[in-house]
Amino acid sequence: MSWRVWLPLFLFAGFLGLAAYQLTQPKDDFVGSGMIGEALPYFDLPAATEGASGAATTDFKDGTPRLLNIWASWCLPCIAEAPQLERLKEAGVPIVGIAIRDRPEDVARFLAQHGNPYTRIARDDLSEVQLAIGSSGVPETFVIDGRGIIRYQHLGDIRESDVPTLLAELEKAR
Amino acid sequence: MSRFVLCLLALSLALPLAAQNSMPPAPFAYRQLDEPAQEAAAQDLMETLRCLKCQSQSIADSDAPMAGDMRHQVRIRIAAGEDPEAVRAWLVQRYGDYVSYRPEVSAVTWPLFAIPALLVLIAAAVLAGRLRRRQS
Repeated sequence: MSWRVWLPLFLFAGFLGLAAYQLTQPKDDFVGSGMIGEALPYFDLPAATEGASGAATTDFKDGTPRLLNIWASWCLPCIAEAPQLERLKEAGVPIVGIAIRDRPEDVARFLAQHGNPYTRIARDDLSEVQLAIGSSGVPETFVIDGRGIIRYQHLGDIRESDVPTLLAELEKAR
Repeated sequence: MSRFVLCLLALSLALPLAAQNSMPPAPFAYRQLDEPAQEAAAQDLMETLRCLKCQSQSIADSDAPMAGDMRHQVRIRIAAGEDPEAVRAWLVQRYGDYVSYRPEVSAVTWPLFAIPALLVLIAAAVLAGRLRRRQS
């Protein structure tokens, strides 16, 4: 019997092995933004709650790198990242928040409960800015350099271990 | 009893989602464009764009708030005279090929199109070889 008889079996075993390997790999559900290295698209949004300032593209062009935090009061992981945003604020980082599909009273309640790390909080009721910068969910955090160029994207909530990375990216954007 | 507690837990977990829906949908999330030709173009495009939140539905099929906001973007851009393919390109620039359901031959995807054709050729060659052997 020729060795070639076994060829289909080996091929099939190889295919099974590949499928098994791929199945055991962790699944990456995140969709990264293609806007890294691009200029922040134009926007000019009103304040998300009373007493806050709105945010516009021009606010990002004063030479200071900033964090742009896409969040919402209805988002559970946003509660989890609140202490880390507080730490970044204490480190002197200006954080601009954009609240997605949010009501002013809900935003105010969230800030009263979990602290307010933001220098500006704007409301994006139609997810327009979210779509324009390629963000696919909440929370997401972008590093914007002093010329208004998007430098880095953090997907999901900021953990304690992500704080040094964000600070380093802010330093790089200087 | 435990079932009741479970239901309660499920409801409390669903609350943030309910809050997300407490905002009115975007103006053109559920409203069709007045111009039938434009609405048809928008509809065709929306059926081939992936909802980023639900991931296995098109934005035309999904009731997720973000899908509604994406439909709004598609409709206002097409109403403003933008070409549907320009709108698709705008989204692909932001979210990559992932956001589009339309198969695209690119540097990454060409094997998907080449391999089946290659397999058909191999099968045809094997078949031809066997038929010839049987005749002789």
